[in-house]
Amino acid sequence: MNPILSVKGLKKSYGAIQAVRDVSFDVMPGEIFGVIGPNGSGKTTMFNSMLGQIRPDAGQIFLNGNDITHLNPQQLSMQGVGRTFQTLQVFGNMTVRDNLIVAAQEHRGTMLRRLFAPTDSGLGGKADELIDLFNIAHVKHKPAGSLSYGQQKLVDIAMAFMSDPSLVLLDEPCAGVNPRLVASISRMLKELNQRRKGSFVVIEHNMDFVMDLCHRILVMVEGEVMMVGTPAEVRANKRVLDAYLGS
Amino acid sequence: MKKINLILAILSVIVLIAAPHFFKTYGVYMLTYWLVYVIANLGLNLIVGYAGLKALGHAAFFGIGAYTSAILMQAGVDFWAAMVVGMVLCFILGLLVGFPALRVQMHYLAFATLGLNEIIVLILKNEEWLTGGTFGISGIERPSLFGYAFKGAIPYYYFVLVFAVVAFLLLWWLIHSPWGKAFTALRDNPIRAESLGINIQRYTLLAFAIGGVYAGVAGSLFASLVQFIDPAPFDVQISILMFLMVILGGPGYLLGPVLGSFIGVFAPEWLRFTEGWYLLLFGAVILVLMVWLPGGLLSLRQALIARREAKAHEAARVTAAKQARRGA
Repeated sequence: MNPILSVKGLKKSYGAIQAVRDVSFDVMPGEIFGVIGPNGSGKTTMFNSMLGQIRPDAGQIFLNGNDITHLNPQQLSMQGVGRTFQTLQVFGNMTVRDNLIVAAQEHRGTMLRRLFAPTDSGLGGKADELIDLFNIAHVKHKPAGSLSYGQQKLVDIAMAFMSDPSLVLLDEPCAGVNPRLVASISRMLKELNQRRKGSFVVIEHNMDFVMDLCHRILVMVEGEVMMVGTPAEVRANKRVLDAYLGS
Repeated sequence: MKKINLILAILSVIVLIAAPHFFKTYGVYMLTYWLVYVIANLGLNLIVGYAGLKALGHAAFFGIGAYTSAILMQAGVDFWAAMVVGMVLCFILGLLVGFPALRVQMHYLAFATLGLNEIIVLILKNEEWLTGGTFGISGIERPSLFGYAFKGAIPYYYFVLVFAVVAFLLLWWLIHSPWGKAFTALRDNPIRAESLGINIQRYTLLAFAIGGVYAGVAGSLFASLVQFIDPAPFDVQISILMFLMVILGGPGYLLGPVLGSFIGVFAPEWLRFTEGWYLLLFGAVILVLMVWLPGGLLSLRQALIARREAKAHEAARVTAAKQARRGA
């Protein structure tokens, strides 16, 4: 089986500081792939390089065998890459339902056709389906900005799945979220993974969440890949314990 | 559309149809003048209110529409053809103005558009062979349709009213289309919008181009209304006034420019009895409004709801804290 995402020799420096040093890894179709590492280990820089937010100094990124290294975020989205951000990024003045609709409308038809399309771009049913899955039906007609942090987090994550992306990159989906909601997010992501057979890359500090959710985990330390393995292998690795879990 | 909104819309149209019969010629002229500004500011609202781009050069488009109509009509071109040429020029200029907006934002963009306005005014002032310079162009004809000339104040008012209603409905339709959502997404969070596949470059350019066309149409109607144009009504000051009208009414509200233009056009008339003080009073009103209602007059309802919710939230928090203390 060919990998859906292949990162080869990725490097990024800020002046004398090498944030990402020759990172390579593959993500297989249908896999939930975790990325962990202590603060400053280069996870976010690697993520932003993969997502067209910053330009890597060297290396290549392939999606389904196609080179996507120098695509911008808009082009990446059109290629089937969804993402969430570390901080909340919902459209505060739009309703929850409209947030989900706008998250996928550009993937439908041409620009001109969208001008004459119905308000919901024919995505209302799909939005409602995700709204039900994420248990936010009771607030779907409220402006997203008026919701609690946890509810906005759910909207934020749901938006990343609206366009049926083949790969979703989730940047700290549990940041600032209470333990009950963390468990719900884990369950929802597992269900989406099962239903849609999509692949996810998850950066997260919450170890229980990562160990429970991910099929394989990449451990990054000081910009380098320390190891890639199953949650059990990561748990058993003494170097990881020393570098990260023990810290 | 909700039933109440439909009833209000029908009532508004009835009032607008009846209005000129309650005014003398100057009053009808002022009403027409207001409608012209409504059309121009509907376009500016798309740029500023919906797409969130800080543009301070809208009078440049207004001027291009007016001068294109005036120059071509003097050359014997029909009003309608001249208006279409003005619209096309404004669309092209809008695309060109949009390019700086891809690189600079906020106050930098405001200054870039301000600069463009100044360039256009300098051209209007200095290219006398084409624009008449500071002497302007006089004797601009009123349009005609199927042999009927809209010469009188009231017929021309109705002529402009039809344009204003059509312009309003077109913007309503645009805002309720997926394009409207894309514009709002661009305003609220361009980084997230881009990550969702929204081509922010294309929508930025389109906002300027469509907004520019609205000002071009308004300019064309303005030239035929006043029948004499010189560079003054297209100056940077007018761009700032237009921006103020949109902000005053409520940017991002469809009716914002209607209300804002009404105040912007009529307030100086109502405050005329104060003689030299009217600008000071007008300025003071704007200042107070910006402090208490930064979202414009139409945001009043939302501001009240938000205040009520905040009070209810605070009351619930205090009650919960009291209960927790009692429990402890």
